[in-house]
This record gives sequence, C-alpha cells and structure tokens, in this order.
Amino acid sequence: MYVAVKGGERAIANSHVLLAGARRGDLSTPELSIAQIEQQLRLAVDRVMTEGSVYDRELAALAIKQAAGDTVEAIFLLRAYRATLPRFGYTEAINTVAMRVRRRISATFKDLPGGQVLGPTYDYTQRLLDFTLAAEGAPVPEAQENASSPNKPFVSVMELLGQEGLIEPELPSAGDPPPGDWTREPPSFPASRAERLQNLARGDEGYLLAMGYSTQRGYANNHPFAGEIRFGTVELEMVPEELGFPIVIGEIELTECQMVNQFTGSKTAPPQFTRGYGLAFGHSERKAMAMSLVDRALRAEELGEAIVAPAQMQEFVLSHSDNLESSGFVQHLKLPHYVDFQSELELVRKMRAKHVSDEGQAA
Amino acid sequence: MNARTELGTPATTESGYNFAYLDERTKRMIRRAILKAVAIPGYQVPFGSREMPLPYGWGTGGIQITASIIGADDVLKVIDQGADDTVNAVNIRRFFQRTTGVATTDRTTEATLIQTRHRIPETPLQAHQIMIYQVPIPEPLAKLEPREAETKMMHGLSEYGLMHVKLYEDIARYGHIVTTYDYPVMVDDRYLMSPSPIPKFDNPKMNMNPALQLFGAGREKRIYAVPPYTKVESLGFEDHPFEVQRWSHHCALCGAGESFLDEVITDDAGGRMFLCSDTDYCGQRRTEQKLP
Repeated sequence: MYVAVKGGERAIANSHVLLAGARRGDLSTPELSIAQIEQQLRLAVDRVMTEGSVYDRELAALAIKQAAGDTVEAIFLLRAYRATLPRFGYTEAINTVAMRVRRRISATFKDLPGGQVLGPTYDYTQRLLDFTLAAEGAPVPEAQENASSPNKPFVSVMELLGQEGLIEPELPSAGDPPPGDWTREPPSFPASRAERLQNLARGDEGYLLAMGYSTQRGYANNHPFAGEIRFGTVELEMVPEELGFPIVIGEIELTECQMVNQFTGSKTAPPQFTRGYGLAFGHSERKAMAMSLVDRALRAEELGEAIVAPAQMQEFVLSHSDNLESSGFVQHLKLPHYVDFQSELELVRKMRAKHVSDEGQAA
Repeated sequence: MNARTELGTPATTESGYNFAYLDERTKRMIRRAILKAVAIPGYQVPFGSREMPLPYGWGTGGIQITASIIGADDVLKVIDQGADDTVNAVNIRRFFQRTTGVATTDRTTEATLIQTRHRIPETPLQAHQIMIYQVPIPEPLAKLEPREAETKMMHGLSEYGLMHVKLYEDIARYGHIVTTYDYPVMVDDRYLMSPSPIPKFDNPKMNMNPALQLFGAGREKRIYAVPPYTKVESLGFEDHPFEVQRWSHHCALCGAGESFLDEVITDDAGGRMFLCSDTDYCGQRRTEQKLP
C-alpha cells in the first residue's frame, strides 16, 4: 500500500512504452515520414520553428512526429535541442523589402505598385469539409503562372507612407546598440523594443492572439490597419571573419506584418501614424498580425499613452508569453505536493477544531 | 528500500551530449552566478537560464545548478517530497545517470550533492555536502507585489514592511500566522528569502547549517544561496514567535515522533495512517530497529 502511492522507476519505464505505442497508433496504418510532415503539415512545421526558435524544417517535423502532433510539446523538444547548440555567429539584418514575395496584401490601399498578390491562403476559402481529400491520390490542380514578375522586389507600403512623412520613421535606438538577447541574458524590466520583439516572436501564438484581440475590443485600442502583410523568401547574409564582406549563406521563409496604427502628434510635431511590427518564420500570418498588435500596445509608455490595459503592461505580457514556461508551470501541479498539502491540512484541521471549541463555549 | 540500489548504478552515458548535458560555457556562466549568490547570501542573482529537456516548473533551476557543479566523483541523491522514489525524483536522477554516469544514492549521509523539492532531509547535513533546492517562485514578495521592478527596490532598501503587515493581518484575522510552507526567512539579517516550498517544519534546519545551500529557479531565471553557517531566521513577532508543525501521531512504520509525517489514506472508509515523508530516514530507523 505504501509503495502504491509512489511512482518508481519501473512504472515510469512502462509509461514510456505505453507512450511509444500510443504515438504510433494502429500498426496496420502506414507510419508517417518526416518528409510527409514537412510537406503536408507545413503550417504546423512553421509554428514549431517560430516558437521553437530554430529554423530547421526537418527537425521541426521530427519534433511534431515525436510529440504526436502536440505543437507545444514539439516546440519544447526543439527548444531543448536548441539549448545544446553552439552559436557560431550572427547574420546581417535581413532585408524584407527585398523578399521574393509569394503573398503580399495591403488593407490600406486598393492597389499599389506590384499589386495585391493573394498567394496560397485559406482566407478566401469557404470552410466546408472537403470530402475528396478523404480519398487519397486525388489530383492537385496546377496554379497559373503569376503575371507579375515575382523576382522584382515589392515596394513596402510603409515606404510609400514614409515618403510623405505620414508614418513615423523606423530609426535605430540612440547609438544603435546590439539587440538584447533574452535567450542568453535574463530579462530585466523595462525591456527595450528589441527584447520585446524577441520575446513576442518566440511567444505562444494563442496567447498573442488573445492579447492582440483584447486591444481590438477596447483594452488599449490602437486603431490598427493592416498596412502590409507579406510572405516569401529572404536571403540570409553573414560576414565571415576571414572575408570581411557579407556572403549569402541561405534563404529562409518569413511572414512579416506592418501594422499602421493610431496617429500621434502635438502642437510642435505634425500628426503621424505609428507602427506595430510582427515577424515569424514560415507562413504564420495569424502570429505575425497578433504580434504586431501587441508590439504596438507595448509601446504605450514610449508614445506617452496611459497604461490601463493588460496588453500594455510589459511585465505582464512578456512574463507570460512563453508557452514552455506557462505549460511547464501549470502542469507541474501534477507533481506530488503532499508535503505542502499536509502542512495546509494540519493547519485547517487545527483552525476548524478551534472554531468548534469556540462555538461550544459561546453556546 | 535497498532494492533500488541496483537501479542506482550508472546507466550508459548518453552520446551526443556534453557531460551533464550543458555545454561548458553555460556551466561556467551558471557557476559565476552561484559564486555571486554565495557572496551575497539571500540575494537573487539573475542568470541566463537555458531550456532543459525537462519542463519549466519541474526542477529546471535545480537541474541547471546540479549540472554545472557535478563532477565525476560526486554521489547524487535526488528527492521530491522527501522521497527518492517519487516520479519526478526518479526522472531527474535518471537524467543525470544518462548524461553523467555518476553514482547515485538514497542515503543522505553518502551523498555529496542532494537535489531536493519541498523537503530538507531529517538526517543532519555535513560540511562537505551541497543542498540544491528547486524553486518555483524565488521572490518572497511576489504574492504581495507581482511587479519585479518594485520588489527589486524593496530588496535594495531592505524594506520588508509589506511582508510584516501580511503576517500581522494573518494574526489579526486568524489569531496566528497561516503560512505553512514557503515560509519567509531573513538571511544574514539582510535579505528576505523564499526557502522554496519546504514545510515551515524544515525552516530551522537552514539556520547555521554546515552544508552549502543553493537555490535554482529556472523559469524565473534566478539563483540564490545560503553559505555554510549562515544565520537564517524565520519571520515572527515577539508575542507571536515562529512555530513549527507538530503531529499527535508517530510514523506507522518506524515509530519516529520527530519527523515530518505524510498522511496516507488506506481505505474507502477514510482510514488513514501517518508515515515519514523522508523515506531514507524512515528506512534507516527501521534497519536499526530490525523492523520490516
């Protein structure tokens, strides 16, 4: 009976065996390959890479397979692996204006240079279950070639607005310091915008979505317009020490969101729109948009706005955005707590006994 | 209890990972934080906590401290709720067996490193030992003031009125202080410190302890320490001094009357018995008394 309430090594080993079986499922169905996950669950792979902070489709697909499709668990696996990787160096800042665009839309202008490029998206589908997908081997329609040249860089909507001075310029902080890195240094508050953006980029999509949504429902309204959302491929450049000039080391897929927000201005400064920024690996529009709303809300102090809503509170937003931290701590309640509970039990019993004896005396 | 010693023999060390999982640079960063923590007893040192292969909230702070100080000659003991065979203690011990191959033990007296969650062993610690506590919330004032920018200032000024008012309000409302675990302590008359969620029963063991006591909070990215033979005082008032829990029972297995007891429910009718939470202590007492 005593042993029954404890765990024990054998029970844990058994649990691992059961887990492996549950992950694999019915052996009469073919096993998923990493390539299948990478190709056919690409959006799950993108989310795991973004919040896992590792751009590697294969590893992300492996993590999804190992986690039986639990995205947060897959992110955990990838992050733990990431912690063991040495850091060779830093790339140059990416240039998203030079992105080879597969999708680029603006909600602020009906038409603009380069046009609206819809690209692959669920946005304009009717969400009817497609039963033809249930039958395997159905033919995939071929897309028509895009009329506009995909290799020509698309001018950013923000640049167009910037030409007239309508939007605040995007300038480096005074002295252009290297951005902080919360994966190496512990957070401290108040956080710089670079640190905030890093935190949000790694933050849980669902959490950011709820936080961003709250700003739209009146908890720190910033009157957002989706200035531009683009998805495509950018080149990564690095300066090897022995060369001294940048060389391209590869390409990554990114989704960027430039949100145009509430204007500011004063007696001395003419009004200008303000910015909120979102960036994610792969094709992750929901994440990038939510991030840009929260980024803007977190700029409240800098822009002289009253801090009244949760999404504007740095410590609150940034300390609870990481799903490894939140998932781990919420679920640690599964661990034994009988020592603490025993302490509370003893106290409550003592207090109840006193209550009863006090009442007895009063009667 | 000795049946598990065979399981304590080192398994094959995991390939592809450094000794004790973390790379040496990370270990050095953590050891620097530990040194700073030892130099300023009770002060929470921020450190660049890494993602470990165990979840945040499940002992990653303690694991990172253990990983950065463990050597091949160390003998490791891991307990959770005082027991060596609770699920998470088993998992953490297996992690270090896989990544270091060091010897492990259940015996408090044999261990050089003891990683713990929620208890301090009943057997007194010795000067060559290091206790490593897993800490969920390192900030003792967090429940009273969640903003770190504020609590930092309070520590800087040694301004702990908030906590004294909280304890006073307990007394005003209930007639006594109602904190039973994670009971705040004052370290070396300077810093207010969370002893981690150990029962307040264990608090007096921290005071003037010959062992080095290290505290790791991975999720919250803080390390703090109580060096050997340091004064650790549980908060109280002259007319309401600090008190520890007492039981009207003895351990049903070893008969101990001085140890922290867990309550175990034995049948549907609410039958219950009380057992030592410290399984090694209980086992040793039974061996001495030649009990089963």
